[in-house]
Amino acid sequence: MNSSADLTWFARHEIRLAWREALAMLTAGRKGRKRTAIFGLIVLAAVMHLPAYAVIGRFADLQEPLEKSTLIVITATILLAWALMLSQAIESVTRVFYARADLDLIMSSPVALANVFSVRIAAIALQVIAMALLLSTPFVDVLVIGGGWRWLAAFGVVVAIGLTAAAVAIAITVVLFRLIGPRRTRLVAQILAAVIGAGFVIALQVAAILSYGTLSRFAVLSSDAAAAFAPALDSILWWPARAALGDGEALLCLLAGGLLLLGAVMAILSPRFADTVVSASASPATAHQAPRAKSFRAGSRQQALRWKEFVLLKRDPWLLSQSLMQLLYLVPPALLLWKSFADSDAALVLITPVIVMAAGQLAGGLAWLTISGEDAPDLVATAPLPTSQVARAKIEVVLIAIAVIFAPLLMALAYAAPLQAAITALGIIVAAASATAIQHWFRVQARRSQFRRRQTSSRFATFAEAFSSIGWAATAVLAMAVPIAGVISGTITAAIIAVTWKISPRRD
Amino acid sequence: MKPDQSALALRGLTKRFDRLAVDALDLTVRPGEFYALLGPNGAGKTTTLRMVAGLLRPDAGSVSVLGIDALADPVAAKQITAWLSDEPMIYDKLTPLEYLAFVARLWGIDPAVSEPSARDLVVSLGLEPHLHERCEGFSKGMRQKVALAGALVHDPRLIILDEPLTGLDAVSARHVKGLLGERVRAGCTVIMTTHILEVAERMADRIGVIASGRLIAEGTLSELRQQNGRNDTSLEDMFIALVDTEAAAA
Repeated sequence: MNSSADLTWFARHEIRLAWREALAMLTAGRKGRKRTAIFGLIVLAAVMHLPAYAVIGRFADLQEPLEKSTLIVITATILLAWALMLSQAIESVTRVFYARADLDLIMSSPVALANVFSVRIAAIALQVIAMALLLSTPFVDVLVIGGGWRWLAAFGVVVAIGLTAAAVAIAITVVLFRLIGPRRTRLVAQILAAVIGAGFVIALQVAAILSYGTLSRFAVLSSDAAAAFAPALDSILWWPARAALGDGEALLCLLAGGLLLLGAVMAILSPRFADTVVSASASPATAHQAPRAKSFRAGSRQQALRWKEFVLLKRDPWLLSQSLMQLLYLVPPALLLWKSFADSDAALVLITPVIVMAAGQLAGGLAWLTISGEDAPDLVATAPLPTSQVARAKIEVVLIAIAVIFAPLLMALAYAAPLQAAITALGIIVAAASATAIQHWFRVQARRSQFRRRQTSSRFATFAEAFSSIGWAATAVLAMAVPIAGVISGTITAAIIAVTWKISPRRD
Repeated sequence: MKPDQSALALRGLTKRFDRLAVDALDLTVRPGEFYALLGPNGAGKTTTLRMVAGLLRPDAGSVSVLGIDALADPVAAKQITAWLSDEPMIYDKLTPLEYLAFVARLWGIDPAVSEPSARDLVVSLGLEPHLHERCEGFSKGMRQKVALAGALVHDPRLIILDEPLTGLDAVSARHVKGLLGERVRAGCTVIMTTHILEVAERMADRIGVIASGRLIAEGTLSELRQQNGRNDTSLEDMFIALVDTEAAAA
């Protein structure tokens, strides 16, 4: 693998793998769904133009010279996109380090590993950029239609920040390897990837609540305080925003900077990449010591099943972090609750839908883990207890976990607004039960490690679960504000659940 | 149990996926017998055993486990049956002892009884040094041994094993064979599929050969030789001849 022809061949191989992986995610691994998936993707892209218009349509007419507050909002939006791309890139790098089944083959082949890993780094960058371009297209389209061709430069910004995100992700992962070793890096990198994306939005919301008592992140960005703190209008910090608006010079600088950064990372880190991969593959799971099998000693068969689920969750920090990630979104409403309680603010009502939605989503994730993500399905299926009892024990685990997690928040809410707390509690129960029921109806046999890809097994279940959580969240808040609207919203959501049950696969 | 009762009786067992996987299979295994079920890949061995274990529902036919109708009363049949697949599925985050304690609880075994039994099994399978380690770092062979211990910890009367020796080294394989031999001598019935014909030849009381979902030959080794008309032939030669004949007829 010394000639550029060989490198091109390997690059084609990488792109083909990435394409097939993406296609498998879209089609849930089922053959014959390629056309449907591509058609669905096109329809989704077309439909996405509507929310894109609603969100950024009003910015299409923006012209230089821009106010500082506008530059702050655009720059923050680009920074958010960059954070999301960084998150995806870290995830991709971790997968390349640990999960690729072809590492042994590559490492044992007579190729220059530095070259191979250079191609892989470039492939990661390409994947990140391709995904970002795909997602940003409706937004850029809206801006181009409303504000002219100059907005096409925004695609260039996407490419530039994609290049830097990939470079930074690789650097972070390699540094983590050096600092905390291969095993911990896997966990930390995966948690980091998940937190980075959500963290930026949440941090802005927290800042907004603490400063202005609102959940809107724009409150901070467009505030006088932010404008006063921001650098001067000719600062390099505003280049991404100016480039997106069609400033060719700024765009070229950004692209050149991104390419240089990625090139430097490839040149410096590719040779070390091989060492890192060797360390990762030579690092077996550590022999964790567990003192006693006390948990399983007493109780009924169902209790044994429940204990098993709790122990497995407790001992898998990655899984726990993934499933509890939704709770990060509870930090801003919890803060709002605290602020509102202190200031008697009416905005307190807003936390009910957030809590109900988080409960639904968390219950859906936990239900997938306990019901579908059974690592020893044969053992449980051959155990001498009726299937209904197994299902009941697993559903109980989900509901107990939801109760434990949300009880403190409900108690605090009950202290501030008892009626709202009661409605919120009801919303949590119904949303969690609905999400659990959907996961039960659409259960499939899978490994727990496939948790991140659970959505691919049934798109219908994924959407039904999301609509159910949103529906119950809306119902809860409407029940407090406009009760009749709450009844209508509840009826519609119940109908969605009923249709989902009707469509779910029949089982013996 | 009646004296003449079989450990396992399959009558007209049928299962169809894209094609007919098991074709009106009749099979009887006697109590206390070590029965080896052989067949080429895709012959229907695993499908048959999964139906017996209650993991698949047959399209037609009946399954009787020690006189219990396994389709009408699956819980009662499962209480006395153990199933071990060729892919050891255990919980990575549990230790072998925790896994065995969990299995024992699932089968409703009193911990006072199951705990010493679990320890004996772990020791006899050479897993003692890893007693308190989580299974996530275990090799395939070690995982297979933990899964086997799980299949035995609730003291089943019918043990169904699908390729139990896959991935085991020679010493471990001998441990497993010894353990299964002990169980059979204690009155337990073992049904095992294997591609290692030497194991079937040395351990099985009777051998069944299945192809295209049907039983094409059955008997002790000497009975099979007589049926085949060659007294000096090996099981491997007989197996290949039987499968070739069946393929030619199909």
